Amino acid sequence: MGSLKKNGGAILSRIATNDHHGENSEYFDGWKSYDKDPFHHSRNPCGIIQMGLAENQLCLELIEGWIKDNPKASICTPEGVGQFGDIAIFQDYHGLKEFRQAIAHFMGKARGGRVTFDPERIVMSGGATGANETIMFCLADPGDVFLVPSPYYAAFDRDLRWRTGVEIIPVHCYSSNSFKLTVEAVEWAYKKAQESNKKVKGLILTNPSNPLGTMLDKDTLKNLVRFVTRKNIHLVVDEIYAGTVFAGENFVSVAEVVNNVDSYEVNVDLIHIVYSLSKDMGLPGFRVGIIYSYNDLVVSCARKMSSFGLVSSQTQLMLASMLSDDRFVEIFLTENSRRLKIRHEDYTSGLKKAGITCLTSNAGLFVWMDLRHLLRDRNSFESEIELWHIIIDKVKLNVSPGSSFHCTEPGWFRACFANMDDDTLHAALRRIQAFVSKNHKIVENSSDSDQIVQSNNVKKQKWKQSNLRLSFRRLYEDGLSSPGIMSPRSPLLRT
Amino acid sequence: MELLSRKATCNSHGQDSSYFLGWEEYEKNPYDVIKNPHGIIQMGLAENQLCFDLLESWLAQNPDAACFKRDGQSIFRELALFQDYHGLSSFKNALSDFMSENRGYRVSFDSNNLVLTAGATSANETLMFCLADPGDAFLLPTPYYPGFDRDLKWRTGVEIVPIHCSSTNGFRITKLALEEAHAQAKKLNLNVKGVLITNPSNPLGTTTTQTELDILLEFISTNKNMHLVSDEIYSGTAFSSSEFISVMEVLKNNQLEDTDVFNRVHIVYSLSKDLGLPGFRVGAVYSNDKDVVSAATKMSSFGLVSSQTQYLLSSLLSDKKFTKKYLRENQKRLKNRQRKLVSGLEAMGIGSLKSNAGLFCWVDMRHLLSSKTFEAEMDLWKKIVYEVKLNISPGSSCHCEEPGWFRVCFANMSEETLKLALKRLKKFVDDGNSVKSCQITESQKLKSSRKKTMTTVSNWVFRLSFQDREAEER
Repeated sequence: MGSLKKNGGAILSRIATNDHHGENSEYFDGWKSYDKDPFHHSRNPCGIIQMGLAENQLCLELIEGWIKDNPKASICTPEGVGQFGDIAIFQDYHGLKEFRQAIAHFMGKARGGRVTFDPERIVMSGGATGANETIMFCLADPGDVFLVPSPYYAAFDRDLRWRTGVEIIPVHCYSSNSFKLTVEAVEWAYKKAQESNKKVKGLILTNPSNPLGTMLDKDTLKNLVRFVTRKNIHLVVDEIYAGTVFAGENFVSVAEVVNNVDSYEVNVDLIHIVYSLSKDMGLPGFRVGIIYSYNDLVVSCARKMSSFGLVSSQTQLMLASMLSDDRFVEIFLTENSRRLKIRHEDYTSGLKKAGITCLTSNAGLFVWMDLRHLLRDRNSFESEIELWHIIIDKVKLNVSPGSSFHCTEPGWFRACFANMDDDTLHAALRRIQAFVSKNHKIVENSSDSDQIVQSNNVKKQKWKQSNLRLSFRRLYEDGLSSPGIMSPRSPLLRT
Repeated sequence: MELLSRKATCNSHGQDSSYFLGWEEYEKNPYDVIKNPHGIIQMGLAENQLCFDLLESWLAQNPDAACFKRDGQSIFRELALFQDYHGLSSFKNALSDFMSENRGYRVSFDSNNLVLTAGATSANETLMFCLADPGDAFLLPTPYYPGFDRDLKWRTGVEIVPIHCSSTNGFRITKLALEEAHAQAKKLNLNVKGVLITNPSNPLGTTTTQTELDILLEFISTNKNMHLVSDEIYSGTAFSSSEFISVMEVLKNNQLEDTDVFNRVHIVYSLSKDLGLPGFRVGAVYSNDKDVVSAATKMSSFGLVSSQTQYLLSSLLSDKKFTKKYLRENQKRLKNRQRKLVSGLEAMGIGSLKSNAGLFCWVDMRHLLSSKTFEAEMDLWKKIVYEVKLNISPGSSCHCEEPGWFRVCFANMSEETLKLALKRLKKFVDDGNSVKSCQITESQKLKSSRKKTMTTVSNWVFRLSFQDREAEER
């Protein structure tokens, strides 16, 4: 049966007892260390600084200000309580009409007005987490395959696979061409999957990319659309970071491409977008996920499934009002980009001083740092993990190692920069600079009870912790599923 | 190759039927006291609208909760960022205490064993994912909430096998019926993972008796791999707290807390019915099994409760003066309202199952059927929708095995509307129209065999009671 007996007789499902949620990974060491010793300016200035959490904290005060100025948008204020009854009973899975309209409108604005979205195609979900799982339930059966360009968001292993039974096959991208996704790579991965008798149902990618912070160019996106149409497979684009573009070219949404290729080249029934307000607006707590599909059947099915993760009507009402306030939205989007740009420059220039370069990026809440030169062995993931432990324990930063994103080349690390204030960022940079200047000593010499034997041919390492088995499938980032993980200044942790 | 998944193209969600008169008719012609006094009155919606005034006045007196403030300090930022699937401790503590209060403090709940989910819809599905593999089965007493066909089966691949309950004993679960259901599942080669009950029952409006709970616990004691899921979403609608017996209470009273049975009993809860807040999507799974709690917690990532809602409700439910007053008043108003419906029906010769909970009555209209068939039930139902202009739920939509029973909701309207509904029904009964054959031309013939009729009818009414626009009709 596959069910496991435990606790003297209680038998649970395979899903409940397997590891596909990914949370038993050793990559949680970073989180655990942070939890035990979280940085705080005054209370714990030597604690670990959290750089593994892709949150956007830069513009929350703008949102808070709007809420204060618009008491009618709340069902709890004297001005808004008249709506309480209607909102409290509203559980229609179509969502509040004004909410759908406001979201569609906001999505268009976040894409510079270059594309418009139909409110009738907006479907709610429990965050992008819920959206990604739901879209898999709609498009694929257990055992079917989705291709995903690597490096990719670690939680896709859970969101796309765990309860759906769908399989993920990575399409590897390489530093040699700046980790750009090519259609050739997708074609090759597709072909290999076919040859192994696997049923590929589609391609899913995050654009702008997590963890890279880069965007697909228009031509590549067009060619991907043409490719999926030729092969009659789906294309799901998770555009959760669409509003975090801060420099360079405009973001090209797949929605734009759909309007800009010849109609015979695109079968719109294959094109689906996932969106959320967790990153652009920094509101992960409100659980606003969106599925937008050009396929009527998928809209219908996803809508029925949204019963399992509707957006709280209280939240819908507030956001319907906020996101239809054009003046606010324009100010917000502009300011968001501006602050992200400054923060990004601040961080990358600080890294440069330490001789650390990052992949050139112009979106996202993080950078993809190249620490290959700091590895003991540039070809070894063990070296990457060794370096990672040193960064956590000695430099006291929690960053995310590239292997947790299924990167095929050791030495890349994702560091988040938008989940802290300026002072914390500068503190992090100082630590990095100090570490780098002493770096060769730490990496080459043994520290504490580490016994490291160096040799040209054989490298043996004994670690403080016993197991450093690499699993490339497990990691959780953000606070989504790690126990009690909060950003540094969150008194709610102690509530 | 199929473009979409099997789940997307099958109709296990149960909402796809070519017939959907009642809900559509209501949507086209909804009653409004001023704007549309001859419209259809909605009595198929199990909502609790009786105590909003209490909630609104609490809000007026507690502005901090409204404005993301605690002790005068803004906590907006923390709430905006809070996505920890363990949930806000203050909310879980308040909710655990509220659940205990609902049960007269006869049992206590540990907030560490509570998992927050997006409504009971999500809680039930999550439990299935945790307890059963695709192809496994759960036994459910009939009649049951139509939404279970979606919530328990659709994406999980779990099967439902009915435990047949009949009017001869007030639709109570018997040991024999339970064993027969188990045997039937075995015949169908299904691996039974447990039993799921709703207590108090939807659609019956009755609390599960001590005897029934003993039978169920004995069943899962004997079958060591089975679970008992008790959906106690209507616990706060019992007209008196002492009449509602939670399965947790029975476990405690029978000193089963240190046995393995304790770990195989799980509760589902929600604030959609007791507090009348279905829009806020607040559900919960409660389990004494740490592994279930752990797995369910991880799964809750797919449907967390909005942090602003958690915060608001943690303030509300921590106000013990308020909760005491609310629970008492809620019970009183529901009891009064139910009595009005029951006595109104009695006055026209229509009986209902004696009920002591819920937002609805299980009404006996068997004597109004032209024949003891589901066909006749459909005929009667159509008349009630089209002619009497009331949308009520036919028993077949709840998988009832006997034609002629209807679920009629009473808490989702004003007293005047209820009076009007009774007036309309009385006129219909008095005119004796119910014994004449149906005059309405149908666009589709109903199949002749009982089984097929039941399925068609179930799909149809399911569409009706669970139509596109309504996510959570219960």
